[in-house]
Amino acid sequence: MAVEAIELSKHIISGDTTLRILTDLNLQVPAGERLAIVGSSGSGKSTLLGLLAGLDNPTYGKVLIHGEDIGQLDEDGRAAVRGRRMGFVFQSFQLLPSLTALENVMLPLQLAGRDDASQLALAALSRVGLEHRLKHYPRQLSGGEQQRVAIARAFAPGPQILFADEPTGNLDAVTGQRIIELLFELNAEAGTTLVLVTHDLALADRCQRVLKLVDGQLHEQSETSQ
Amino acid sequence: MMAWSLGWSQLRSQWASGEVRVLLFALMLAVAATTAVGAFTHRIELALERQGGLLLGGDLVVASHRSLPASYQAQAEQRGMKTAHTLEFPSMVIKGEGSQLAQIKAVSEGFPLRGNLTISRQIDRQGHTTQEVPEPGTLWIEPRLARLLSAEVGSELELGERKFKVGAILQQEPSRGGDMFNYAPRVYMNAQDAASTGLIQFGSRIKYQLLVAGDAKQVVDFKTWAESHVTDGEKVEDIRTARPEMKSALDRAQKFLGLSAMVGVILAMVAMFLASLPYVQKGLDTYALMRCFGASRRLIVRVLLLQALLLALIGSSIGCLLGYAAQAGLAALAGSLFVESIPAPGWTPALVGMLSGFAILLAVVWPQFRRLSAVPALRILRRELGDMQGTDWLSLLPALLAIAGLIFLNAGNLKLGSVVLGGFIGLILVVSLIASMGSRLLSRIGQGSSAWKLGLANLKRRPGLSIAQTAGFGLGLMALMLLTLVRNDLLQNWQASLPPDAPNRFIINIQPAQTAGVQAFFDTAGLQRAAVYPMVKGRLVAVNDVPLDIDKYEDDRARRLAEREFNLSWAADMQQGNKLVAGKWWRPQDAAKPWISLEKGLAETLGLHLGDRLTYDIAGSRVTLTVTSLREVEWDSMQVNFFAVVPPGVLEQYSASYITSFHLPLGQEDVLNRLVREFPNLTVIDVAALMEQVRGIMNKMSYAVEYVFGFSLLAGLAVLYAALVATREERVREAALLRVLGASRRQVIAALLAEFSSIGLLAAMVAIVAANALAWYVSAHLLNIPYTFNFPLGFVVLVAAAMAIPLAAWLGIRGFLNMPPRKVLNSI
Repeated sequence: MAVEAIELSKHIISGDTTLRILTDLNLQVPAGERLAIVGSSGSGKSTLLGLLAGLDNPTYGKVLIHGEDIGQLDEDGRAAVRGRRMGFVFQSFQLLPSLTALENVMLPLQLAGRDDASQLALAALSRVGLEHRLKHYPRQLSGGEQQRVAIARAFAPGPQILFADEPTGNLDAVTGQRIIELLFELNAEAGTTLVLVTHDLALADRCQRVLKLVDGQLHEQSETSQ
Repeated sequence: MMAWSLGWSQLRSQWASGEVRVLLFALMLAVAATTAVGAFTHRIELALERQGGLLLGGDLVVASHRSLPASYQAQAEQRGMKTAHTLEFPSMVIKGEGSQLAQIKAVSEGFPLRGNLTISRQIDRQGHTTQEVPEPGTLWIEPRLARLLSAEVGSELELGERKFKVGAILQQEPSRGGDMFNYAPRVYMNAQDAASTGLIQFGSRIKYQLLVAGDAKQVVDFKTWAESHVTDGEKVEDIRTARPEMKSALDRAQKFLGLSAMVGVILAMVAMFLASLPYVQKGLDTYALMRCFGASRRLIVRVLLLQALLLALIGSSIGCLLGYAAQAGLAALAGSLFVESIPAPGWTPALVGMLSGFAILLAVVWPQFRRLSAVPALRILRRELGDMQGTDWLSLLPALLAIAGLIFLNAGNLKLGSVVLGGFIGLILVVSLIASMGSRLLSRIGQGSSAWKLGLANLKRRPGLSIAQTAGFGLGLMALMLLTLVRNDLLQNWQASLPPDAPNRFIINIQPAQTAGVQAFFDTAGLQRAAVYPMVKGRLVAVNDVPLDIDKYEDDRARRLAEREFNLSWAADMQQGNKLVAGKWWRPQDAAKPWISLEKGLAETLGLHLGDRLTYDIAGSRVTLTVTSLREVEWDSMQVNFFAVVPPGVLEQYSASYITSFHLPLGQEDVLNRLVREFPNLTVIDVAALMEQVRGIMNKMSYAVEYVFGFSLLAGLAVLYAALVATREERVREAALLRVLGASRRQVIAALLAEFSSIGLLAAMVAIVAANALAWYVSAHLLNIPYTFNFPLGFVVLVAAAMAIPLAAWLGIRGFLNMPPRKVLNSI
């Protein structure tokens, strides 16, 4: 299994009340699968993504990444697992405004200690059609271009698992469509496991499996739609 | 290696964003201020002391009432310094039937080591400077003595067992101790002749002096060595101890320079702190993302540390260079004014500057580093994580320690340093408190819907930032005002202490019957009448009925003071420029009461207190007087002043002489000759040359003060700029949001102006109150100069702050107001 969640719970205590975002959630994502997690706003999709990627700690339960229990690791250990195995695409692009497009793509490669960071980043940006925008800063790029830089950054280190959080959320329909095409194309080329969080059902339908998050539990989309 | 490339590439790209530049600029200023002020004050001090050395005749003097051991001269020569020695003693000088008490100075070859002697062939000629000393067998005599003895060049005079020829008339000498009124006219002779007069015997009252001169380091080294080797009765004097009239001016200048440097450094640190806030805000996103991509905390700490060290290295190096360039520029300016070129600065200020640069930067960014390195990766998904959650006071400790260290380093004086440090901490607390209360109050007014009210409501929405920003503006304005106020006081005080018409001649020995005649002479000569003060000579013989034991005083000055005759004067009113510091001045009905008022310094040296009963021997009869008040006297005012004053009706029965001081305009020296012809017994003392020297030194110190003041001014402006930049991005974003929500440009601008006018007003009010309070303290208690409240300056600051700060804020975001909001939101 590329990603496995076992009895995963996330509760937030706020004053006297306990907010149960996720409760005893189980999930198995085989390597190479394209999985979509849908749900309404506030259903806990992003929280789940954060837990699966080891960005956050669960209240109970555990997360295994390629069989490794990341709950047993400390923060640096989890960071290392992310660096080795994961890529990310976010709704708000998350490019660093002070770095150029090329430097943004180079960042995870440099962190992984790759000597060929510059060449790999260049290749990745060419692959998303931005070879002419290398020296541009994020503020000089359109939303679609920024997200393409983010996709290049996510794929450049060759991750095993790609987490995408509403990748088209900040884009208009046409641009969003192009971005999705690009994302799936690259995913297919690399054979990456894709965990996609979205509320866009059309986008979700392009995945092999769609799960819906309702009341802190995951349900097969076919089940819930019946 | 990875940390290096990441740190460097990030730093390079962050350069494009303003915060790093402000941070670096502020650091450069702090280092430049420390280096320049350090190097310059050091050089100026050396130069001033050398200038002072002109008055002293050398850089340092070792003095004793016994013959000095040869080791002093040997040590000085071994260090490559120039030396000369002198002997001073009183003796009668005889010409035919006439005789006169004179103060003899026997000088060796090379005297004076600093400055020149001026001699002439005739009494009333200006004369020329010379590097020579009297030939053996000749004497150089003052015009006063020449007149009294009717001697001229070539006349034969007897001194002790020997006969001498008058070789020249001595018009000016570099050194003439502090109390000129007790000195008989001066006679110079060659030191080789001293022994042959037979006057140098055991028990003679002789002052032996070794003068030394050398470069700055030699002087300091020799002084340290000599001070650790002086035995009883020997002492090492420099300009401060030897020339009390220069001491207060030198000390004040040094204190002000130190104060300016400190204020500059503090301001630069505040600017850096403010600039580091948006820098950190951006850093949070960067490092959260890096954590997300797998960076370990250790790597982030390394990248941060590396960036800090790089910034420190760049900022400190440029700062040092700037500091050196600045002090060199100043030295060039000052050098043309000084008699001799001023000594070169050493490497110490550069080293101190570099070290301070690293200390300042690390201290300022340390609290931020802790936050940055601990930023959770989850911030990528939940933006509020890692944001500033109140202040961890303990993390500010390194910054405080660095500030404290630099304050004491620049103050060079424990009291000044403590006051400024205490003042700074207190001020931060008070400014924050007032700013927080003020912003709450203003925001309360701002409830409602108009754009103006919206702006005021912003204050409340961002209490932390509003307070930090108001405090930043307040501190910047306060420092600028404080320095302006103190500088004005200081310069005014210097000018006032020696106005162009300050007295430049003293007349002593006026007999009671001559006072009216002298006044009439003044009137006919067209000179301004001057007050005439009575003087009765008396020797202090007992304190509280216990006979005075001179040997009990260990201090040489105390011995000299106790030993010599006092000039006791009387007056109904306290003299202008004197300040009562203890006890009470007498009322008219207290006339004839056996009371006495003493100068504070004298009382301290001799260990006298209020209520002590002093017995004086005046021409054989004894008078006992009770100390009823202590006064502070400004000796550098060149006015007639007395150590001891009694009420009228106490001493009138004793034979008194009178003294006066007056201003003789240049070119009217002839009047003096007429005066002396008419009243041959009068002694006129010329202090014009001395005053010119003092005035020259004060002028140079004024330049120094102005220059360093300029540095601190820049630092103050940096703070104001940093305070503006600190929230600029957030305001641009808000303005864009308001535009999205349908606000007109005018409404957005009005909201911004309202907020910044309020911040400006609040900051100005805090600054005016704090600056005046501090200026009062610094002037009155540290520099001992009168403090004047400067109303126009307060008004200017208030108006300028309320207008310039909002204007600058508007200029800062103006460009964004014309852009479509979507573009603005994308670009930040």
